[in-house]
Amino acid sequence: MIPKESQPDSKGHFGIYGGRYVGETLMPAILELEKAYVDICGKPEFIRELKDLFTHYVGRPTPLYYAKRLSEHLGGAAIYLKREDLAHTGAHKINNTLGQALLARWMGKSKLIAETGAGQHGVATATTAALFGMECQVFMGVEDIRRQAPNVQRMKLLGATVIPVDSGTGTLKDAMNEAMRYWVGAVTDTFYVIGSVAGPHPYPVMVRDFQKVIGEEARKQILEDAGRLPDLLVACVGGGSNAMGLFYPFLNDNVAITGVEAAGKGIETGKHAATIGHGNVGVLHGSKSYVLQNDDGQIMEAHSISAGLDYPGVGPEHSYLNDLKRVRYESIRDDQALMALQSLCRFEGIIPALESSHALAHAMDCAKNMDKDKIILVNLSGRGDKDLGTVFSVLNDL
Amino acid sequence: MNRIDKTFATLKDKGEKALVGFVSAGDPDPEKSLKLISAMCDGGLDILELGIPFSDPTADGPVIQRSSARALKSGTRLSTVLDMSRELRKKTEIPIILFSYYNPIHYYGPEKFCRDAQDAGADGVLVVDLPPEESQELTRFFDKDRFSIIRLVAPTTSEARMQTISDTASGFIYLVSKTGVTGSDGLDTREISSLCGRLKSLTDLPVCIGFGISTAEDVAAIARVADGVVIGSAFERMIENNFDNPELCSILYQKVREYKKATL
Repeated sequence: MIPKESQPDSKGHFGIYGGRYVGETLMPAILELEKAYVDICGKPEFIRELKDLFTHYVGRPTPLYYAKRLSEHLGGAAIYLKREDLAHTGAHKINNTLGQALLARWMGKSKLIAETGAGQHGVATATTAALFGMECQVFMGVEDIRRQAPNVQRMKLLGATVIPVDSGTGTLKDAMNEAMRYWVGAVTDTFYVIGSVAGPHPYPVMVRDFQKVIGEEARKQILEDAGRLPDLLVACVGGGSNAMGLFYPFLNDNVAITGVEAAGKGIETGKHAATIGHGNVGVLHGSKSYVLQNDDGQIMEAHSISAGLDYPGVGPEHSYLNDLKRVRYESIRDDQALMALQSLCRFEGIIPALESSHALAHAMDCAKNMDKDKIILVNLSGRGDKDLGTVFSVLNDL
Repeated sequence: MNRIDKTFATLKDKGEKALVGFVSAGDPDPEKSLKLISAMCDGGLDILELGIPFSDPTADGPVIQRSSARALKSGTRLSTVLDMSRELRKKTEIPIILFSYYNPIHYYGPEKFCRDAQDAGADGVLVVDLPPEESQELTRFFDKDRFSIIRLVAPTTSEARMQTISDTASGFIYLVSKTGVTGSDGLDTREISSLCGRLKSLTDLPVCIGFGISTAEDVAAIARVADGVVIGSAFERMIENNFDNPELCSILYQKVREYKKATL
């Protein structure tokens, strides 16, 4: 069990993880951001405005849904789904972009930049920018642009500029590199909306705080619905924002928690994104955390069928929770995620995102081996419309 | 006195400014890279920044990104760069600064790195993404008067931060000429002069200016206000454009001479 005061230290360290590992040009901006964030959190009008947007724009609270047919089919524990896929823009990412954009406005910055993998954070940032009348540029790897085409179109329609990144493998890591490079040159008037609980302090804390509404709602909902807390929480972990958002309000409860990383084509093939499970401690994108790297400290390419999990790093708080053994980290392969995706479609009429399907696959495995009176709560972090191209290209190959 | 302090003292006596050259070690391969760097030293480089290549150089523009990628592709490892430093040290007394992102050093082990770097004849280290707030985990393994920790000051740095940075640095301060990645254009010499003046009023350490300096005219303008001029992308661009040119060594040699003349 982790202590109630499990906040990072004044420099953003969760144990040995986190911190601020950035070039000097960005340091003053990050310190300014931290100060502004602390200030804004004390403003009742900010809290009120964000809450109002959550209710009337995002559609919060999102439902907690008991997946009865799926649970009965598996014959074990009851599976509840926290329906973040029903949030406006189709994923949890909007919770965070609204919070950060309000902060940007408070700081007098009218230009937003973001990195995106699956495109959900890019869409959420583009949406928020449109809502607030801000300029928006989204950095996205060319490989992700290819496999998440519908989200690219959505961003363009929303008025954002999508900047293709062709360095490295053209995925999330490279998009984040390029966003950071752009920010170095534009730091005086541009706000960098990071989409995960990664990056230099205060991003990991700030993003978790904007996402913790997921867990707060889910906790209340399950108590109302089932009359008790769940036995197990499950969420997928790329950088880990939806997972931190769900887990955080439960950390002091007697509830088992599992984060699910992407095992890609299988851990033994080396083509995976299981950063905590199979990486080691390093420094990437401004913080210290587990990282996939080779024996010379060079960052390795991750692999996952899901663009949102295809990242060789992970948020520092996850690394910390792993070392404390408060959260277990497991992994699910591409094919297992695809199977889970299809099961949810057939049994519940819900098309989940490939990212969320990793969490679902693990939960389904667990459910089978648990008694019927047990409860598993899964964060269904996003909807799967964006993934249809990928899903059909794989299914047609089978 | 260490090699860096000695170099600045000698230059001061002669009324010269330092020409600092950055090269990605191992570009295009370790053997050729060593030859190119030797030619640059012969041309009159005052200080060498030997870049340890990294897969994700987020503070670098496209030219140094490509040079770093070529070095990695040719098999350059952190230990290769230390070997290169050792080789160079056999022939020259030029101060060598290892220029790196933190992850390769973190993986190698900060304590081992500091020991091995000094054994290999290096004189200091500059870690782009290790601000003073985090650098204790590296600096506690060496005596900063013997092995220098070069720190960056940027146009965004406040005066209070400049003071903290100066107080914990050694060797010299690297003043970033503009907000942007390496190799960006749009050098504003007037702006940078006033920034350099402010910084120099806060520290006795020499101040070298880098980022976006590519012509002899730029060098001359910067040399009027700073104690040294750092050139990186311009050298890397020359290397990139002349891979197969048998004259590459002499091209770099000549270019160093031209830049050096502009610092006088």
